[in-house]
Parts: sequence; structure tokens; C-alpha cells
Amino acid sequence: MSVPAPSVQQRKRNLGQRLVLWAPYAWLLLFFLVPFLIVLKISLSQTAIAQPPYLPTFDLAAGFSSLFDAMREFSFENYALLASDTLYLHSYLKSLEVAALATAILLLIGFPVAYGMARASRSWQPALFVLIVLPFWTSFLIRIYAWINILQREGLLNQALLALRIVDEPPVWLATDTAVMIGIVYSYLPFMVLPLYATLERMDESLLEAAADLGCPRWKAFWLVTLPLAMPGIAAGMLLCFIPILGEFVIPDLLGGSETIMIGQTLWTEFFANKDWPVASAVTVVLLALLVIPIALYQCSQLRDSAGGR
Amino acid sequence: MRRASWFNVTSLALGLAFLYLPIAILVIYSFNASRLVTIWGGWSTRWYGELLHNDALLSAAWVTLRVALVSASAATLLGTLTAIALVRYGRFRGRIVFSSMIYAPLVMPEVITGLSLLLLFVAADVERGFWTIAIAHTTLTMCFVTVVVQSRLVAFDRSLEEAAMDLGCPPLRTFLTVTLPLIAPAIISGWMLAFTLSLDDLVLASFTTGPGATTLPIRVYSEVRLGVKPEINAICTILIAVAALAIVSASLLTKLHDVGRQRATR
Amino acid sequence: MGTGVQIDPAARPLVRFEGVSKSYSGVAAVDALSLDIVEGEFFALLGPSGCGKTTLLRMLAGFETPDTGRILLDGQDISAVPPYRRPVNMMFQSYALFPHLNVARNVAFGLQQEGLPRAEIDARVQEMLALMRLQGYGDRKPHQLSGGQRQRVALARSLVKRPRVLLLDEPMAALDKKLRQETQFELMRLRERLGLTFVIVTHDQEEAMTVAHRLGVMNHGALIQVGTPAEIYEQPDSRWVADFIGDVNLIEGQVMSSSTDATLVASAAGDIRAAASRTSPGDNVWVAIRPEKLHIAAGGGDGLAGEVIAIGYLGDLSHYQVRTDGGPVLKVAVANVTRLSERPIGLHQRVTLTWAAASALVLTR
Repeated sequence: MSVPAPSVQQRKRNLGQRLVLWAPYAWLLLFFLVPFLIVLKISLSQTAIAQPPYLPTFDLAAGFSSLFDAMREFSFENYALLASDTLYLHSYLKSLEVAALATAILLLIGFPVAYGMARASRSWQPALFVLIVLPFWTSFLIRIYAWINILQREGLLNQALLALRIVDEPPVWLATDTAVMIGIVYSYLPFMVLPLYATLERMDESLLEAAADLGCPRWKAFWLVTLPLAMPGIAAGMLLCFIPILGEFVIPDLLGGSETIMIGQTLWTEFFANKDWPVASAVTVVLLALLVIPIALYQCSQLRDSAGGR
Repeated sequence: MRRASWFNVTSLALGLAFLYLPIAILVIYSFNASRLVTIWGGWSTRWYGELLHNDALLSAAWVTLRVALVSASAATLLGTLTAIALVRYGRFRGRIVFSSMIYAPLVMPEVITGLSLLLLFVAADVERGFWTIAIAHTTLTMCFVTVVVQSRLVAFDRSLEEAAMDLGCPPLRTFLTVTLPLIAPAIISGWMLAFTLSLDDLVLASFTTGPGATTLPIRVYSEVRLGVKPEINAICTILIAVAALAIVSASLLTKLHDVGRQRATR
Repeated sequence: MGTGVQIDPAARPLVRFEGVSKSYSGVAAVDALSLDIVEGEFFALLGPSGCGKTTLLRMLAGFETPDTGRILLDGQDISAVPPYRRPVNMMFQSYALFPHLNVARNVAFGLQQEGLPRAEIDARVQEMLALMRLQGYGDRKPHQLSGGQRQRVALARSLVKRPRVLLLDEPMAALDKKLRQETQFELMRLRERLGLTFVIVTHDQEEAMTVAHRLGVMNHGALIQVGTPAEIYEQPDSRWVADFIGDVNLIEGQVMSSSTDATLVASAAGDIRAAASRTSPGDNVWVAIRPEKLHIAAGGGDGLAGEVIAIGYLGDLSHYQVRTDGGPVLKVAVANVTRLSERPIGLHQRVTLTWAAASALVLTR
């Protein structure tokens, strides 16, 4: 029976039911939203040699009047610095470049893997799913560390290359862009494969049979049928990879060299080494602004899909 | 019906090899007798023995475990409540803000979350240490728990709850006797996910830690920056073994359950 | 009428809907509906999907609250009583058996809510399982049962509390045809044995006609007609009901004369003698004739002349489509009492249709 959305009880929610909503809501407001507002505020403050190292500081007790006083002292100096010093510009551009390239490579590697999974026999699929997810449960740090083992000068990769006489001199892998790219692709592969698999697995195979029946060769059917239908998965996978890679810190720090300074590292250095909290906050705010663009694009594509009445 | 084409099989095999080879190499080299990590010196468990005497690592492991237990439990509670509110409460004021705050941490670079939480703790003048790390981990992992529990709740057959109420069971008791047992598997896997994420986290912990609360990833990170060491290989292998054991036992449990079902049906 | 038991619709109602309305985001699912259901009767709500019959049932169970109007049970307004305090139980379309509880604990669930002593619960559960021929299945989980067994467990669970009214929401939708027929008769026997009031929702008119003492035919959130199965079939009071229940020929026409024993209607098919009606000459009306009430004979004679344009052989029946000389095509059902080879009427043959005036109804709406 088609009954409209079952609204069992539209009665007033009692205290317990309101608590179900308000406990996590309050938690997130306090520990997720408020911190961002503080970051925004500090990014407009001035650096000071004090603890905490910025001016003006928050004084909640002084109430709103002090908030307005503080607002008058807001300065955009930190943002001016970000714009004028090429160090910041470079690390933003580097991050965008790395994230874009890595996402493209991930898509190229991830799609065949996801496709292979989706076309594997039904009895194998759960096992393959677990195999893809399993590395996600092991420590991120450990997986990067495993690559240091392999990529170092006397590491297994060079040993193998030398033994096979592909190279005479061991090439340098560690502290290069290549190492960073390998590390990123390695760590984010499950994030690309899983959404792709989810869409491909749901795809009706008889669609391809119908395409073949209508005289469409297999490679063409892939372009005309499979790929368009996999678009939601591709978009989700790209979003899931691109955004965290943009702010990645651990991988470039451990595998990269001095020429791969990504924005996450700049932020970390400003904060921990230079103790320049206002600049670190400004770096964060600009990074957040950068993140809004892909998210907005994704939302648009989703809206278009749902408007298409799928 | 499904014919495995060589292309599909090859791409799958290569993909899985890429994922597992580095881990396998790490595990093998943790049993290397030689101190030089690049030269194979025969099998040995020597580095595991030395771990037992490394007090700094052991205490870091203990801190990490406690943080993971506390934050995973809190995150499971909050995440489950969130999932219930999102699935069952329909439209309410602030729903968009609420759901954005749930999904944002899933993709947000950890440096941003970490920095902003630290600034909150500084602004509120909270002493940093065990509890601040636990709060940071709870905030991150509750979102993962929400996603896991939410997908189970969406698929939940509401007529089961209606049947319970129809048979005289008040709403709260219905939730406890019907809904909760049926979504328990999702809650448990949510807890496990939160636990491993917390064990794993470096960035949030680095920002929110204080004196005396060094977690294992922080310790491992500072060692790794100085180069590869066999002790680190050993501790990484132990961590991998723990994670693998957890997953294998969880999937075995579900498998046994399924087999039991099938056998009983016959 | 299935059981042959006479129900007096004027008796004191057990359930009374008084001007009940319910709408979802502006669309009325149930619209100012009033209905009385008498103690001990088997009442069926019949209608196409989306007609509001399930909403009506869910309001009686307490899962939906009416926007306006009252629902009375035994004279008490229960509109605001939550489902878990109503002496009404429901059997769900999906059965909604608790997958984590075995059969016995599923059946015991409702009794446990009343806080009855364990021994009594056990006794009543065993008695119910025996009544439903489910002895020995108490320890099984729902997924270990066949569809028919699951259905009986769901029935046992909703009956064990001895509800004032048992609500059945499409209870046989998931069963195959043979099992469905057996179950229909079992339901009727059960109702008689337990003396309870049953309200069933179904879109299957055969099922409704078989099991129910009275049916309410619904469309667009309103009751179109309420009556015994025979009344609904033989005396539909609208074209919609005549068309919805069973097969019918509807012929549009104009009243030529109306007397106490017959109405004469002029139509494109020819002049039609129909049952007496409250119409006057010149009224626009429809004449409804069931296909099995038409007699078909080869050759000419008194009646509507026409030509056979299609024949459908159904085994027990044969269906003929006859194009009358005036144009309209009429359906005729003939019971195959003789063998096929002796069938006297073939394709494209000239035939004459006749009927008893009383079986042709004049409908004005």
C-alpha cells in the first residue's frame, strides 16, 4: 500500500526525545562550529609575544561591549601577508596541483579496480569488499611508514631495480614529489574505490546487453552507458579524495622534500614552529574558502541529478 | 552468468597487490634479525622483545588505548543519537546546520579541525591532555558512527515498531526491546570504526595534546621522522595484527550467524 | 456473502468513525468519512491503491491521528489514545514479525506488555499456537518459516491478546492464489469461533466478497457504497462501483419512460428495457448489465441484434464481444456447460442479446 510518509506521532516531543537531538547538536555546536568562529576571529587579530600569542584575546566575561571593542581592533594584516608573501601562494598552488593530479590518478587506478569488483562473481564480492576496506582499518601512519621502508635509498625498490639492472645508480625516491604522489594515491585508494563500486555494483547489466543488442560495440557502450551512469560515484569519489588531500599534512611531511610544501605543512609550521597563531588561522580560513568550491560543485551536480527525476 | 574477463581480474589483482605489498614487506622486515633495516639478517623476534622494555612506547600505547576506549564509547552514544534524530525526527529547525556539521568532519582536512579545536581549548583556558584529545576524537568519530548507524536505521522496517506498540508496548520500551537489538550490529561496528580511527589519529592528537599525554601515533611519528627503525616495524606489525584480528573476528561472527541461520532453515 | 450470518447494520456500533479527515501535505487521504462497524462482524474496506483505506485502518490502530472528526470504540472517543493503549490489534501486511525473537516469544510479546504471570502467558501462547496449527514451531525464528507459516504466526500474535477489533492490512497479499483461498476460509472460521470483530483492508474484490459480511467501497478518501457483497454486486448505486466490482457493460442513454415495473432507455445500441428506477423521461442515465446476465442466441429475434467480433475461452466461461448494430460493443459471459465442440456460436456470426429487465440497472451517477 502506498501510504504517504509514515508520521507515526506528530505529538509534542517529550524531554527524552528532545535530549536525543540536543545532546549531539550541542556537542557539535560547541566542538565544531564555535572553534571555527574562534579561528575566524583570531585570523583577524595581531600577533603578540604572549600566552596565548595574539591580541586582542577573548574575554567572555566582559560580554558584548568588549566584543565590539575587539571588532574595532580587527586587522586584515594577516590576509595581506598571505597575499604578499609568495611562500603562502606557492603552497596553496602546490596543494591544489597535488590534489588535482592525485585525484586524477586515483580515478584512473580506482575505476578499473572498482569495475573489476563490481563484475566479479557474487560470491567473491563480499570478500573483495573486505580486502579493499581492510587497509583503511590499519593505521594511516603505518601505511606511510611502510613506504619509507620501500622508497629509502637502500630500500627494496632500489634493491630490486639494481638487481634487475634497470638502473646502475640507485635513484632518489624519498623526499620527492613522486614519493608524495605514491603515498597519497596509496592512502586514498579505498576512498575512491568504494563510492565507485557502490554505483557500479547497482548498475543493471542488462543495460549493456541492451546496448550490444542495439548494435553498440563494447568500448562504445562503456563511454555511452557505463560512464554516464557511474557519474554520481565518480563525483563522490573525487570529492572524498580531493578535499582531504588538499589539507594533507602527514604524507608530504614524511615522504616529501623541501620543494613539496603543501598548505597543511605551512599551517603546521606557522603554528608549532613560528607560533604565529593569527597567520595560521588566516591560512586555515583561506583553505576553508578553497574547500567550499568543490563542495558547491558537488552539491550542484547532486541537485541536477535529483531535478532530473531519477 | 558473470564471466571474469582477464582485464577485470588483472586490474583487481594489481590494485590489491598495490594495497597489500607495502604492508606485507613491513611485517616481514619486523622479524628481521639485523639492525640495518635494509639487509635481511634472518628471522628473529628480537625487536618485539625490546618493545617490552621501551617504557616510552608502552606508556604511549596505554594513553592511546584509554583515549580510544573513552572517545569511541562517547562517539557511539552521540553518533547513535544523531542518527536517530536525523532519520526519525523529520524536519526540525536547524536540521541543515546539524547535518552539515555531521558530514563536514568526514572530509575536512584534519589540520583544520585540529587547529580550531586547539584554539577553542586555549580560548576557554582548558588544560590540555588526555581529555582534550578524547573530546577531539569524539567529535571526529561520532560522525562516522552516525553514517554507519544511519544507513541501518534508514533500512529499518518501521512496521516492526508499530507492531510492538500495537501489542501494547510504549515507545521507549519499544525502542529498547525491538529497535535497539536490531540495530545493534551497526552500533557495534560503528564503535569499532571509532576505536580504530582514534587509535590511528596523529593530527588531531598533536594539536590537542598536552604534557603527559603522548599518544602512540605521536610517538611513532617523532621516531619515523628520524628514519626507519626495526622497533617501529615491530610495533606497526602489532597494530596491524590487532586491527586484522578485530576485523576477522567480526566477520567470522557474522558468518557463523549466517551459517547458523542457513542450517536451521534446512 | 461468505458466512451466511446476518449482521444488523442498525445494531449499536462497536466502532464508529464520525466525520474523520486526514490529509498529508494538503492532499486528503481520508475525507470527512463516517462509518459504523457492528460488534462481531467481518467488515472489509475495499478500494484501489491510494484510496485511503489503509490510512483509515491505521487511524483505528492509532498510528495516525485524525485531523478532524472522532473515532469511537464502544462509545468512547479513542482519537487521542496512543496505539499501545488501544484494545485493538493489527496484522501487518509485511507481518512485521520481530526477526530477533522466536515464534513463541513473538506471540508472547503482547501478553508480556500486560505484565501477566509467566505461566498464564505460556499457556495462552501454546493454546494459540495449537489453534494456528503451529505446534512444534515455537523455537523457530521467523526467517526459518514458510510464507504461510509466517502469516499464521502474525495472526496468532495479533489474536492472542483477544482484541476488541482485529485489523488486517492486506493479510494475504504475499501468499500465492491457492494458499490465499485456504486462508480466506480459515479466517472466516476463526472469526466465528472467537466471536471477534474483524476489519480487513484489501484491494482484492474476490477476497473481500468471500470473507466479509459487509464491505465499504472506497475511492479518493470517501466511502462510495457500504453493503453486503450481494448488495454491492447486484445493486451498485454508481457507475464507479459497478465498474470497480466485477465486469459490467455500461450503456449511456436517455430515459424514454419510467414506470413502477420498468424503465425504458434509448441508447445508441437500441432501446433497452431496464429495472424500475426513480427517473423521469428525458434524464441522462447509464444502464449497467453484468456480462453473465446477458443471454446470447444465434440468429434474429427480440432484443439487441449484433455480430460476434471476438471470443475468449476461459475454461469454465466463454467471453463474447458483440458489436451491436447501433455501434456499442457489449461483453457477454456464457458458462460452458456443454462441450466446446458443441458450442453453437462462432466468430462473425449474427446474434441476438436478451436479458431480464430486473438485471439491467439504471444508474444516474
